[in-house]
Formats: sequence, structure tokens, C-alpha cells
Amino acid sequence: MSTKEKITNKIKPKAENTNWGNIKNKPDNGDWRSKSGLAQMLKGGVIMDVVDSEQAKIAEDAGAVSVMALERVPSDIRKDGGVARMSDPDLIEGILNSVSIPVMAKARIGHFAEAQILQSMGVDYCDESEVLTPADNSFHINKWDFKMPFVCGATNLGEALRRIGEGAAMIRTKGEAGTGDIVQAVTHAREVIGHIKKIQNMPEEQLMTEAKNIGAPYELILEIHKTGELPVVNFAAGGVATPADAALLMQIGVQGIFVGSGIFKSEDPRKMADAIVKATTHYNDPDQLVNISKGLGSAMPGIESNKIDDDEKLAARGW
Amino acid sequence: MPYRIGVLALQGDFKEHIQCLNQLKVYTEEIRTPEQVKKLDGLIIPGGESTTISKLIKIFNFEKVIYDHALEKKALWGTCAGMIILAKTLTEINPKPLGLLDIKVSRNWYGRQIDSFEKDINIVGLNKPFRAVFIRAPVIQKVGKNVRILGEENGYPIAVRSDNILATSFHPELTGDLRIHDMFVNMIDEKYIKK
Repeated sequence: MSTKEKITNKIKPKAENTNWGNIKNKPDNGDWRSKSGLAQMLKGGVIMDVVDSEQAKIAEDAGAVSVMALERVPSDIRKDGGVARMSDPDLIEGILNSVSIPVMAKARIGHFAEAQILQSMGVDYCDESEVLTPADNSFHINKWDFKMPFVCGATNLGEALRRIGEGAAMIRTKGEAGTGDIVQAVTHAREVIGHIKKIQNMPEEQLMTEAKNIGAPYELILEIHKTGELPVVNFAAGGVATPADAALLMQIGVQGIFVGSGIFKSEDPRKMADAIVKATTHYNDPDQLVNISKGLGSAMPGIESNKIDDDEKLAARGW
Repeated sequence: MPYRIGVLALQGDFKEHIQCLNQLKVYTEEIRTPEQVKKLDGLIIPGGESTTISKLIKIFNFEKVIYDHALEKKALWGTCAGMIILAKTLTEINPKPLGLLDIKVSRNWYGRQIDSFEKDINIVGLNKPFRAVFIRAPVIQKVGKNVRILGEENGYPIAVRSDNILATSFHPELTGDLRIHDMFVNMIDEKYIKK
């Protein structure tokens, strides 16, 4: 079998499980629909980074739609340096047992063994995350191999579509984790959303060249041209530190918010968590946002992301 | 006068419900404030996270308007998280449901996300099975005597109706099959015909 045939054989049966085929003719695509469907249920919500079950409880009580288990919050990873890995399964199990909302956990880019461990523990969503130290310099995880759904980071549309092509059922724009600086999150969200609009308005004959230029699967470019939206849910992450930050990203057009260090590095995590949840619901109502933003204590101490050296930027990890 | 249907837009997949109803040519709006509920003929509480939606219902003062809506016998439908919120009791402590529908519900009955699934279910009133998507879905453990079971999965009720209130533990808004949305719109018709 030639290499080309191998590739088509591998991709074809699995792409049929996606919703960018004609969903009505394919009744047996339950796996894909429930994977991307869970992300649909999280829309308009906030997903909070937690390192232990105590923080997970606080997040749940504040109204988080899901919690993200990781070893250290991004600002600590940035500060301490060293290799950041998947959390200890003991801690993840503690979190799984302490809350009733879905639990996500981070695996390193390309580290499918970590992802297998997470799936085996019953983690609801895996984040193949640039916040941890990448395990593979060439390849991301083949996410079609898993029953557990994946969320992946992206800085632009090409990257987002490559991840979806690999089986990601949810996308989050990366921002710059652990900084408390919103500018990168805004840049990436605008980049992805703006590019979708551009492709929607392109004449059809330009689509193949566009797929080539941005390194994205052609089928997904066609889909976006037709629908004007990503085939999966898109959240924003990386730098959210206040309710107003969340409202800003929601108005730019993302469907929900990840908050990392922004909650548990603020002066009063309960209040901040609560306020960011409310702001994500009423993102379009400045009168509500006034009340929501009052009396929260100080937000996390930030680092201006433009002053971070390029090789220390987490968003540059992944390809 | 055309009906007004609203979908509670505090959190969850409210847009999908609105798209379904728009396909049925029914005027539908996102509900973000309690005042909006008062003008509605039908209200849907969508899928999402029940703990989150339940908390936001309380904080933003939706409890009373939803009670009133139900008491005036206006149509009300909860899908998945929405069903949990409408229930009378839960087997879990959290969240505290509104208690409008006489059922006892268990959250996340099937297990975690990897146990989510799709299945063809026979629904009373539909001539062909309905493809039901169960995502970390709840089931109904007990139904009160005025509650009619419309569908079951493995012996547990997963679709019920009691007078003006409909509840499904799966997500008709995700499959593109509009028959249950149509059923809901017909419930509003019934109210006006009775009058």
C-alpha cells in the first residue's frame, strides 16, 4: 500500500464520525456528537483551574461549569520553571470524587500515555495543553483514538483546524497563561473569529489555496465557508483576571471562558470566581457588570505579556 | 397572535434550542432577565450544568417568575440540566431544584463523560423512534401520579409530561430532529384550545 493510500484509509472512516459530514445520514456517530455535545453544554460558562479538591469545591460552589485539574496554576509554573507534567492521579481522583460537575485535566502535548491514564481514571475532558511542557516536538495526540473528548489550544485558525482534524472536540484560544494580561487572549480570539468571517466570504475557488496557506484540512475550510463558524465550541483562555476581561472576550465572540491563575491567585478567590461566572452570563449588560465588578479585592498580580521573552511564551508551544 | 417562546440563556446550549424552534417558524428569544419571562407563552430550560444554571436562577431572581409561569399553566420544558432544575426532588444534595414537576431525579446516572451515549428511544406520540443523545445524563427514579411517562431507557423514565410541563433527560436540540420541539409547540396550542 502506498503512503498516500494509508493516509486516506486512516482518515476516512474516522472523519465520517464527525458532524461536518451529513449528520442526518449517519446515525452511528454518537461518539462524536456526545464528545462535542458536552462542550455545547459548557457554553456560556466558566472553567476554572484547580490544583486540589478543596479548590474544586470552591469553584463548583461559585458556579463553574467544569474544573481543570493541573499540577500548578500557570503563574506558578511560570515562576518556578522546571518541567510541568500531568497532575498526580491521586489529586485528580480526589477532585473527581469531590465535585459533581465535569472534571477536565491537562496532559502534555503529544503525551498520549498521560491521556490514556486520564481516560482510564474517568476524566471527562482532556486538555492537551501548552501550559505543560510539551512531550513531543513533532506530533500532537491522535485524539480520534480516545473515547474521552479533548480540548486543545490555538493561536490562529489554521492551528485550531489542525487540532480538530486530529479529533479535538473543543477549542480554546491560548492567550498567554499565567500572566493576568488579557492582550494575547484578545489577539488570538480576534484572529480565529476574524479569519472565519474572511473564509466565509471568500470565493470558492480560493478555498484550496487558503487551506494550503494556513495548513488546515480542506474539508474543514469548506465547512467553515458554508457555516461561518467552527465545527466545535470555542472558548477563550490565558490571561483572564477580572469579570470585565471575561465580558470582553464573550463580546468578541467566544462561547465561554477558561480562568487559570485568575481565581486562586486573586485576593479573594470565592468572590472573584463568583463574579467571573456572573459576568460570563451577563457579558452584554454593562449595568449588571458594574455591580458584579464591585468590591472584589485585588485581582491576581500580572505580568505584561509583551515583556516576556519569546522563548518563554507558552502560546508558542504546539504547532 | 403568534406565540412567544423563550429559552433561558443563563448558561448552556440555549442557541441550539432557538435554532430548532426557528426552523419550526416559531418566534423564540434568549431570556436573560426575569421581566422577559412574564411575556412568554412557553419557556425552555436548556441543557448545561445544573449546578451553574440553578445558582444563576437564584442570584438573578428567576425563581418567582418561573413559578408563576408554571402556575399559570404555561408550557415549560427542561432538557437534561433543565429537567434536574424542574424536578421535585433529587437523590443528591446539590443543587436545590425548583420542585415544579413531581419526579425524583438522579444526576449523572450513567456515569462520567466516557459513559455518554446515543440510542433510539420510543416516545409516546411519535410514530418512529427518536435518536436520543445522553450526555452525563440524569434519569428519573420516581414519578408522581399525575406524571405521564413518555419514554424509557433500560427501565428508567427519561421523558415525562405532567400537564403543562415536559422534561427530557436527553438533548433533542442536538440531533436536528424537531419532533419533540414540535410536541412542545403543540402543548401551547392545547392551552389556547382549552380556553
